[in-house]
Amino acid sequence: MNTRTIEKLSILADAAKYDVSCSSSGSKRKNENGGLGNASGMGICHAYTEDGRCVSLLKILLTNHCIYDCAYCISRKSNDVRRAAFTIDEVVDLTISFYRRNYIEGLFLSSGIFKNADYTMERLVKIAQKLRTEHRFNGYIHLKAIPGASEDLLHQAGLYADRLSMNIEMPTSEGLALLAPDKKREDMVQPMKYLKKAIAENIDSKSASNRSRLFLPAGQSTQMVVGATKETDWDVLGIATEFYQKMKLKRVYYSGYVPVSNDKRLPSVGTPVPFIRENRLYQADWLLRFYGFRVGELLSPATPQLEMEIDPKLSWALKNMQVFPVDINSADYQLLIKVPGLGLESARKICTARRFGRLNWEHLKKMGVMINKVRYFLICDKDYERKDWQPEQIRSFILNGGASKYKAAFSAQLQLF
Amino acid sequence: MKQVVYDGSFAGLLTAIFEVYEYKLKDVTLCREGDFSPALFEKHHVVYTNEQKAKRVMAKLNSKMSTAALSQFYRCFLAELSEMDNCLLRYAKYTVSSKNSVENNYRNPDVLLVQQISRKVYREKHRMEAFVRFKLTGDGLYYSVIQPDYNVLPLILKHFRERYADQRWLIYDVRRKYGIHYDGSSLEEVSIDFGSSSQASIVEERSSVLDEKEELCQQLWQQYFSSVNIPERKNMKLHIRHMPKRYWRYLTEKMA
Ligand code: SF4
Repeated sequence: MNTRTIEKLSILADAAKYDVSCSSSGSKRKNENGGLGNASGMGICHAYTEDGRCVSLLKILLTNHCIYDCAYCISRKSNDVRRAAFTIDEVVDLTISFYRRNYIEGLFLSSGIFKNADYTMERLVKIAQKLRTEHRFNGYIHLKAIPGASEDLLHQAGLYADRLSMNIEMPTSEGLALLAPDKKREDMVQPMKYLKKAIAENIDSKSASNRSRLFLPAGQSTQMVVGATKETDWDVLGIATEFYQKMKLKRVYYSGYVPVSNDKRLPSVGTPVPFIRENRLYQADWLLRFYGFRVGELLSPATPQLEMEIDPKLSWALKNMQVFPVDINSADYQLLIKVPGLGLESARKICTARRFGRLNWEHLKKMGVMINKVRYFLICDKDYERKDWQPEQIRSFILNGGASKYKAAFSAQLQLF
Repeated sequence: MKQVVYDGSFAGLLTAIFEVYEYKLKDVTLCREGDFSPALFEKHHVVYTNEQKAKRVMAKLNSKMSTAALSQFYRCFLAELSEMDNCLLRYAKYTVSSKNSVENNYRNPDVLLVQQISRKVYREKHRMEAFVRFKLTGDGLYYSVIQPDYNVLPLILKHFRERYADQRWLIYDVRRKYGIHYDGSSLEEVSIDFGSSSQASIVEERSSVLDEKEELCQQLWQQYFSSVNIPERKNMKLHIRHMPKRYWRYLTEKMA
């Protein structure tokens, strides 16, 4: 490492930042060899960028040279940008130096494709291997799986990394064909299938021989760019569900497209980043994974977009008023978590606390529940005067009570098409 | 009203709780030595910390609440808030007098307060695990200065020992003037006498003996921090909510 490394870092961190995932949780790696670091349990956000995102990993590209020309990507071959490449040792050094100073939880290494898929993948694997074996590093390692990489390399990557991600980039094959003609959906899906199998096999063999060999303890994830093509939220969430169920992915990330190109096929530079939409997708994703909702309950081919103005749970509730109001003192947990304004934790708390006696609004308030939102959907001991509000009225009460955080930056980019 | 004065240690607090029962003290206010000022015409009771008594209170609480609730209790003690000790006393009495665990009865104001304060302490513990920034000295010591609102050092040790098992490190709380040193195998509490030097100059003093790569590493980290930012998404409100300004002075990335 030297001052030239600073320059490389500025280029290669800048080019990597559009991959939104920065999670370092979900692994099980302990520091059992008296070496450096661990990656068990919740990852830590060591810093937050000025846009409020968590910085947990050293997220860089090995190089931004690329033989491909994906239209949405800042590193695409035809783009006139400064190029750089780290050496293997530079990446290893940076990771260790940052980790020892408690700057990071580990490394998230991705790369443009130079020469070919395997040549690139081999180098990513080499770095992970060096960290694990030469430096006895037990921190978190997330590697990008390069589309088209051989199974052998994917397997090796799985032995050293905590997580691998294959970014599907565009929600549909048509989107991909339009914007990334060099890439084939199949080259992305195949490795996912392979890794899913390898993860399952490792778990099986572990119980048989009781070895503690880790193989991708934090599983696989993927990312989709939203707002670059015409896909609806119904499409996006449908595909996400498929990944969760069929590929057993741990996470699907949604990245609101940041315009980086004047390509005619894409929203022009200067178009606002659709970050409300991105946020709504995450909320919906959360509802699917933890709140027992199905995509079909939130959206349909006839109403394929999430509402921008209100969150997906509220939107669902207003369309399903026959479910409400529910009684805070008797409704079961599964129903409580469907109440707009109640999260998993407050629902859990309510269930425990009501065993000690009946709850009223005052108790809820003290537990930190936002009364102004839940009051339309709950009944308590002493009730607010109940009126039969229409969904439209409730919507406007809630909106005017606490003006949407996003109103100023409101952008529904899709309507441009 | 009777003031019950103890030495400010956790065992001291537990002893005080024991003695409230032992001497059937009524209408008491707990008070740490350092905060104690004898009130005119009022009697006070001085507690001498006693391991035996402390252990018995601990065992009693342990039998009546979950480990999670017990660590909440401990975290509230570390908050070092004046009104908190009395809340803990009431909470302990409530626990002891009830047949079943009361820790989830959020309808009780003390239970609720313990819950809330312990969560704040926990949040700061978590923040400190995130915001400690080590600097490497020429003789191979990674050291960090912190200034947490609550006394969270006892809570973060385990994390740092497990994670940095193969390096020597020191984390120093400038507000409470003590630190923890790890020499590669065991932990030791240290209080360093920096004389009259101000907190800022502690850092500067030491930086004259920094490792030759230290400055480059800091520059690299600062570069990284600014490169990952996406200006199109700038949201300072969120940034500050996650990284409150009072922590900035010890954050390498915020010094650039
Ligand atoms: S292959 Fe990856 S790095 Fe290369 S242009 Fe496509 S998205 Fe960008």
